[in-house]
Amino acid sequence: MLLGRSGSGKTTTLKLINRLLESSSGEIFVEGRSQLDWDPIRLRRRIGYVIQDVGLFPHWTVEQNVAMVPRLEFWPEARVRERVREMLELVGLDIAKFAMRKPAELSGGQRQRVGVARALAADPPILLMDEPFGALDPVTRTELQREFRELAARLKKAIVFVTHDLREALFLGTRIGLFADGRLVGLYEPDEFLHSRDPEAQAFVDSLGNGNMVGGANRV
Amino acid sequence: MNFWNFVLAHRAEIFSRTVEHLLLVAAAMFAAVLIGIPLGIALVRRHNLRRWVLGAANVIQTIPSLALFGFLIPVPFLGGIGARTAIVALALYALLPILQNTYTGIAGVDPAVLESARGMGMTPAQILWDVELPLSMGVILAGVRVAMVICIGVATIAAAIGAGGLGVFIFRGVAMVSNAVILAGAIPAALLALAVDFLFGLLEKKLAR
Repeated sequence: MLLGRSGSGKTTTLKLINRLLESSSGEIFVEGRSQLDWDPIRLRRRIGYVIQDVGLFPHWTVEQNVAMVPRLEFWPEARVRERVREMLELVGLDIAKFAMRKPAELSGGQRQRVGVARALAADPPILLMDEPFGALDPVTRTELQREFRELAARLKKAIVFVTHDLREALFLGTRIGLFADGRLVGLYEPDEFLHSRDPEAQAFVDSLGNGNMVGGANRV
Repeated sequence: MNFWNFVLAHRAEIFSRTVEHLLLVAAAMFAAVLIGIPLGIALVRRHNLRRWVLGAANVIQTIPSLALFGFLIPVPFLGGIGARTAIVALALYALLPILQNTYTGIAGVDPAVLESARGMGMTPAQILWDVELPLSMGVILAGVRVAMVICIGVATIAAAIGAGGLGVFIFRGVAMVSNAVILAGAIPAALLALAVDFLFGLLEKKLAR
């Protein structure tokens, strides 16, 4: 979990991992190899990528979108089809109903499910997610967060997840990296985070408190 | 002289001038598409060139067509009297809408789509052919359609520099002060423009699905 305010460097860090941005100094190691030794195209195909705006190809069907990386990697067609079926099942979309639809015919939540299926299709060991549930309505968001938590536990992949929502970070994360002003200011287990003395961490915990106070006031 | 009598008497020449006209337009459009679409794509990648290239194409568009034909006559290799000069001038006119629409179409592709394409490991060539071009095809085609209709109209002036086409009737009619002869060139030219516009409309509708 990379947690931080807007502009604190979370997304930049994420994009440095798959080389959508190049670092001006320092090195990043992916699978024990310096990132600069990787061909960027090969590197990106081993890393799933999910963004807030999903970015499904609007001229392709759901099936084509999910099959994108396997087809780029020239998997045999039978295996691609099998994989698409598995992936849609994994994210809870009925293949008969959705495979042939275009992205415009899906709801926001369904689109992000397809986004996750597409990112996982080539079975990458690493998954990068940039506020994937940020644009969804609260009910759908909670639903997807719950499902994703189960999914992540089953998949056993290295997931780097950017969020500005502490609640989400606590719910989904095993470790939380806190960003402020372009630097990583702390690395916490979720329960440690709540008791941190770091002012930025406390600011996040306080923002959580506000929501609770409304609930508390109602109880009184 | 009656219009229908003239058409009937000269139907063979009207037909051959129409073919001539279409060949001029086809050659010019071929060149304009071949230059305009790659150049339009290049402008998206090289923002600093954009102002200059689109500016130049805009200036060309404002030159009166008869003047442009005239300017080109003394130019070595491209100019002279005849079809070659006319094709160069027509291609220059067709360039702006094609260039402009290619630029607009490609620049208008959703940045989230491009980011995910890059993030998933598509090569720049794959992004161009599988994402950017298909997604902007409708806009590019609309530019080609406008260019084509402009070309068919402007090509009637090409007769002034001996390039043939339906303009021959128009200039002859003006010289003879005969509306019938003018119409024998103008009406087929207008019908051609309408027909091409209609066909492109069908094509666009088909692509939109």
